[in-house]
Amino acid sequence: MKIKLSEIAYARSGDKGDGSNVGIAAYTDAGYTFLKELLTPGRLKAHFKEICFGKVERYEMPNIRALNFILHDSLGGGGSESLKTDAQGKTHGLGLLYMEVEIDSLEGLKS
Amino acid sequence: MKNKKEKVLISNGQGFWGDSILGPIRLLREGPIDYLTLDYLAEVTMSIMQKLKSRNPDAGYATDFIKLLERILPEAQEKGVRIIASAGGVNAQACLEAAGAVVKKLGLSGVKIATVTGDDILHRIDEMEGAGEKFKNMDTGASWSDVRSKISSANVYLGAAGIVDALDQGADIVICGRVTDPALVLGPMVHEFGWHFDDYDKLAAGTVAGHIVECGAQCTGANYTNWRKIENFAMIGYPIIEMKADGEFCITKHPGTGGEVSIESVTSQLMYEMGDPENYITPDVVVDFTTVKLEEQGKDRVRVYGIRGKKATDFLKVSASYANGYKAIGQLTIAGPDALEKAKICADIIWKRLAYENVFFSEANKMVEFLGAAVCHAGIAVEPATSDEIVLRVGVKDADRAKVDRFAMEIVPLVTSGPPGVTGFAGGRPKATEIVSYWPALINKTRINHHVHVETF
Repeated sequence: MKIKLSEIAYARSGDKGDGSNVGIAAYTDAGYTFLKELLTPGRLKAHFKEICFGKVERYEMPNIRALNFILHDSLGGGGSESLKTDAQGKTHGLGLLYMEVEIDSLEGLKS
Repeated sequence: MKNKKEKVLISNGQGFWGDSILGPIRLLREGPIDYLTLDYLAEVTMSIMQKLKSRNPDAGYATDFIKLLERILPEAQEKGVRIIASAGGVNAQACLEAAGAVVKKLGLSGVKIATVTGDDILHRIDEMEGAGEKFKNMDTGASWSDVRSKISSANVYLGAAGIVDALDQGADIVICGRVTDPALVLGPMVHEFGWHFDDYDKLAAGTVAGHIVECGAQCTGANYTNWRKIENFAMIGYPIIEMKADGEFCITKHPGTGGEVSIESVTSQLMYEMGDPENYITPDVVVDFTTVKLEEQGKDRVRVYGIRGKKATDFLKVSASYANGYKAIGQLTIAGPDALEKAKICADIIWKRLAYENVFFSEANKMVEFLGAAVCHAGIAVEPATSDEIVLRVGVKDADRAKVDRFAMEIVPLVTSGPPGVTGFAGGRPKATEIVSYWPALINKTRINHHVHVETF
């Protein structure tokens, strides 16, 4: 079955210089294991291909079942230099939750 | 040490300059708190403040704070709630005097107001360069000489020590210049519990608490992506830290308020604006956010524990700003049918008319957005093939103000000289505004001393 990540995870994002930080946390331990496997920097870069023009860094926060990504060069300059509506990457977290993935079952992944 | 409390209630009622004033008003009204913190700073705020001060020596601080004080000070005084605000901008003394005037106007007396300064180093740059500071851009590695002549503000992020001193001296209201957001809550913790500045785990716990509450309601259910679960956004409760002397704390909110405090609401904010979670650097401590443990303790209470910290670095972060050209952004509403197609034509018309005038902008300095057609989530959300209504948002930036001004003249004319259905020009011709860019750097801690000044009104 195909699901959106929003069914098994929640997210928050904000600005980090001219990049954004995107945190995504799983509702369950199994969900975190799944996200850790799935969400490589390359996968993020491809997902945000029209938003992120720099490299993607990833950090793990297993204590809160979260992954933290830095999407470099994703804010059109950032701060007051940016002409973009979302100059601070506030919506990038929701953007990640749009990602569709194929899974066998939602068991153990939903809150 | 004076009588120590078992736990201290520290709330944050203002996540940024412009946040709802209902946050602090309701925090005071709807339940017990000991401290009310208010954050008024953003990266480029100080540059705006310097500009205001250069025009008026009595300006250069967050005037919203003074208006808020008029609303909340009687209740805060009556309940013994002390207020800590990063409202001082580049003129904390003027802010103190304005706050003192509020005390008198309200018929109160005996109110101690303190300023915490020493953060503003704009006038000390020569001295620091002479001492060997390089002010290299810590994000890009770029050289200070690129921007040195254009610098319009330079402030160091101070830690909690100045706030502690001010509270130790009995201040009812503490007005700070640039301090880190977590310092606003760490200050009262150190003051109340007598924590030492080498007690890194406790400092780390206070810093994590500060990080969780620094954006106000963002840890009590606001901005939670599973938003349908959240009740009563309108009367959302702002966060309260219940801190104990050993560094364990709970995040909660007043009973009966909207929103929720849950593992998810707190986790969401723990992730916010995070870089390397194992090395969250502040002036007071380096925090390892991967040690934070969360546990729900009944309704709207999350216990936070297990937090580990390390010795702070020998450096402080400087936030400088500099003038970096001009920008203008305008928008028009395009009504259907075929709104998206017409909006694309409108954008093209603007560039063609500017080309006729020999005004060109590089691709990087131009921006066209079709709001309503997957702008924020470009390449992710589905872009509609057509739309019955679109907002065309178009902007440019350039070092040459005249070019930006010329661009700004070509937006409203589309109402009468382009395809049909173009409206929403009530804002008129957009104005060119100065771009203030941000320059982060590090300097040696030894160069900076905080200053505390207390007056009683």
